[in-house]
Amino acid sequence: MEPVTGNVDYPINVPGLDHNHQLSLKEFPYIIRWRDDRCKRCGNCTAVCPVKAIEPTVKVQRIVQSEGPIPTPMVVKKIVHVIEQVKDMSRYCTGCGACTLVCPNEAIEPEYNPQNKFMHYKNKGGEGYKRGGRRNDPSVSTLDRLKFTRISMLTDPALDAGRHEFHVRTLLGRILPPEELPLKMFNGTLVVDKESDKFIPPVREIFPIIIGSMSVGALSPPMWEGLAMGVAYLNEVEGLPVVMATGEGGVPPRLLKSKYLKYFILQIASGYFGWDEIIHALPHMVEDPAAIEIKYGQGAKPGDGGLLMAQKVLKLIASIRGVPQFVDLASPPTHQTKYSIEEAVAKMIQSMSMAWGFRVPVYPKISGTKTARAVLNNLARNPYAAALSIDGEDGGTGAAYNVSMDKMGHPIASNIRECYLDLVKQGKQNELPLIAAGGIAKKGNLAANAAALIMLGASAVAIGKYIMQAAANCFGDEYNRCNICNTGKCPRGITTQDPKLYRRLDSDKVAERVVEIFRSANVELKKIFAPMGRSTELPIGMSDGLSVDDKAIAERLEISYAC
Amino acid sequence: MENILALETMKEGHDGSGLGLTLKDLGGEFKELKKYPILSGICSRKGSKTLSDFMEKAGFKLKDIWVPKIKHIKGIAPREHYFARVYDYPESYKNKPMRQKEDLLMNIRLTLRNIGESDESIFIFSFYPDVITLKEVGDPLQLGEFFGLDKDNIKAKIILAQGRQNTNYTIYLYACHPFFIQGYCSMTNGENTAFVPIREFLMSRGFPGYIGYNSDSEVFTHILHYTTRQLGFPLTYYKDVITPLKVSEIDKREDRESLRLIKHSLRPLCIDGPNVVIGFIPDGTCFMVHDSKKLRPGVVGGVKGKYALMSEECGLDRAIPERDRSEDIFPMKYNMVIVKPGAEEVKVWNQLQGT
Repeated sequence: MEPVTGNVDYPINVPGLDHNHQLSLKEFPYIIRWRDDRCKRCGNCTAVCPVKAIEPTVKVQRIVQSEGPIPTPMVVKKIVHVIEQVKDMSRYCTGCGACTLVCPNEAIEPEYNPQNKFMHYKNKGGEGYKRGGRRNDPSVSTLDRLKFTRISMLTDPALDAGRHEFHVRTLLGRILPPEELPLKMFNGTLVVDKESDKFIPPVREIFPIIIGSMSVGALSPPMWEGLAMGVAYLNEVEGLPVVMATGEGGVPPRLLKSKYLKYFILQIASGYFGWDEIIHALPHMVEDPAAIEIKYGQGAKPGDGGLLMAQKVLKLIASIRGVPQFVDLASPPTHQTKYSIEEAVAKMIQSMSMAWGFRVPVYPKISGTKTARAVLNNLARNPYAAALSIDGEDGGTGAAYNVSMDKMGHPIASNIRECYLDLVKQGKQNELPLIAAGGIAKKGNLAANAAALIMLGASAVAIGKYIMQAAANCFGDEYNRCNICNTGKCPRGITTQDPKLYRRLDSDKVAERVVEIFRSANVELKKIFAPMGRSTELPIGMSDGLSVDDKAIAERLEISYAC
Repeated sequence: MENILALETMKEGHDGSGLGLTLKDLGGEFKELKKYPILSGICSRKGSKTLSDFMEKAGFKLKDIWVPKIKHIKGIAPREHYFARVYDYPESYKNKPMRQKEDLLMNIRLTLRNIGESDESIFIFSFYPDVITLKEVGDPLQLGEFFGLDKDNIKAKIILAQGRQNTNYTIYLYACHPFFIQGYCSMTNGENTAFVPIREFLMSRGFPGYIGYNSDSEVFTHILHYTTRQLGFPLTYYKDVITPLKVSEIDKREDRESLRLIKHSLRPLCIDGPNVVIGFIPDGTCFMVHDSKKLRPGVVGGVKGKYALMSEECGLDRAIPERDRSEDIFPMKYNMVIVKPGAEEVKVWNQLQGT
């Protein structure tokens, strides 16, 4: 009797064993559908597969065939070349579909397998599953359930998105309460009292959709460059003041000294990567950055630090960040100097403000959490805090444990709403802008999601994953498709530092798409605001405009229920 | 009464859902009582007793009562007491500055509103020197007769009259224009799409008078009060607050630095129309102002000493037929028409130029 499982004496591939130790393809999240009759055996698919989930192999096939005018079936054995999916979980098919893209004959494609047991096995060597992307939850998010139901029609004519003048702009920076404005009367008009020692905080007027923090390093050079070029074009040519946050990890030195720096929000996080270079570039800066973002948390992996895997730390990245090549760059979960919000955070805001002579708004970014209001209230009392950015659980990341992404964090809708209502209670809703992020445009509804969050109380929203998908065709989705940003093997060339991969991405095309995305979002926002009779100012907190088809959500968000 | 007749000519623009009248700079029997606050409202028999007791306890001495001579009109169910009671301040307040007196009067008005609102036994519309407010639900012309305004010799130099209550919310006495707070009064034609954020901003100012909001138009009065009384801005800045200029336009104004700050700090008070706001401030200056797209009509015209600010021209023809029509002013989106006290001068202030 042969043993059921193999050992040294009885290797597992001995013919005749029952393969009981092996996984079946049914356990895999994506199953490759390969068509023998279409395949010309060019090898493109196996060469392009970023995870080597498919390989060419030879098989002996028994074929019954008949030749000649009269049927004379004969059994022949043939050696054939086939493409096979590997049943090794470390080389699971991610479903990216790069094979389909390169196949000249449409002979291959991955198919999602809803019965997969991927999560049961993806912890080989005792290592939990790590990936990039965002929370794998394809259900309809709260943001996508919100509807705009207050339609102006007869008692208040709707505005015309094409004809009327619209001002789709928001303010980034601390805004003084009207009671504290240093104004005095002079010749019948109000003038700023120059003798007053009142600090007037810097405020930027920007487009309410921000490109959220993604670092040079996490992104490939053409991706980052494409975003940056798109942003510059939007500002300089289209007149749309879109700003982009850099993420932690520095900025290309040339940009630091250029006039385009004003379109960038520089991020400082717990690793302080890139800040030596930024500080040294300070005397050479011809423009101030749009703002400084202090990252305390990230929606995708709350309480977890940043991580740039060693394989992505190539020469350029190493030099920008001031570190050796090919080492893991981990930013700690928390700033090492942080022991209290009252002191350490205030000091950090103060130091950053001071570095630019108090001309640049400085604000913290936290992950969505039940404790957001505690942070908010502290910032509300700090006159130098310029905003609060809250990143909800649906935010994306370049690398994190799957468990952090899928199970940790707080949805953005109720978090932003409760923070806004808290500010309303204190009368500070216009003083401390809230920036909402995490899962915006998860299903592609960028303008609608942004408008909904604005009406719940956000002053602006930030997008990350969406811009990668929409501007650079990122394969990633909420069925765990691709999501290998952490490995440096991004098949689209978006999140890799490998020139062989990133040369696939054309930065000009990315920039073009960025421009198209923001231009269309601008029009769509007007199409939402116009029928609601709003055009002059952003309808921040206009909650009477929103409804939802779920009573519990309506109650929680303090909006109306409509069905 | 001629104001109500003017309203009648604009009948197509109102649905007869109510009448609100605020009279300021009073003549007739009130001429000699100008410095004494007048409590205007409606109450039931029970409410009348509560009110009298409360006022007495608060130290106010009743000096005079004016009651309209109610004429029964079919379709209007009369309430028990319509009144304008003139009081003298409590001893402790007699020598206090006006600002403190105003706070006292407002708090008394709010307390009475609070006492009488749940059982509808007391409605108070204004409590201020030299101001009377009358409100009722029904057809304006009929209400004029109902209140006996065609016969009464009640006189006032400034009269705000609105012939419609409220289109979008419940018809209710407290939803009826004009709205009044501490000498500031306004009425509006139009809907306020930015109502909720504005209401939240006002209510969070910590000022007890910013309550009510049974109508979305009440916020226009409170913004006026907030910018001019609370913040001390000149009246023209009301326009800069509710319809702020674009950044490029602000750069051309002389007071650009302060305008930028005002635009940012008062961002939630920006209106989006469609509105025309007509109102007065404590010194008797009257004004008309529109939303930034001018989505509602408005006209100002008259003769020296007598000007009318109307939402439609037919009303003006009825009220002041003797005027030179070619001099009529149709304010556009950047304009604020200001009629100085005494109606001696009409000025069109241009927001772009700041003059």
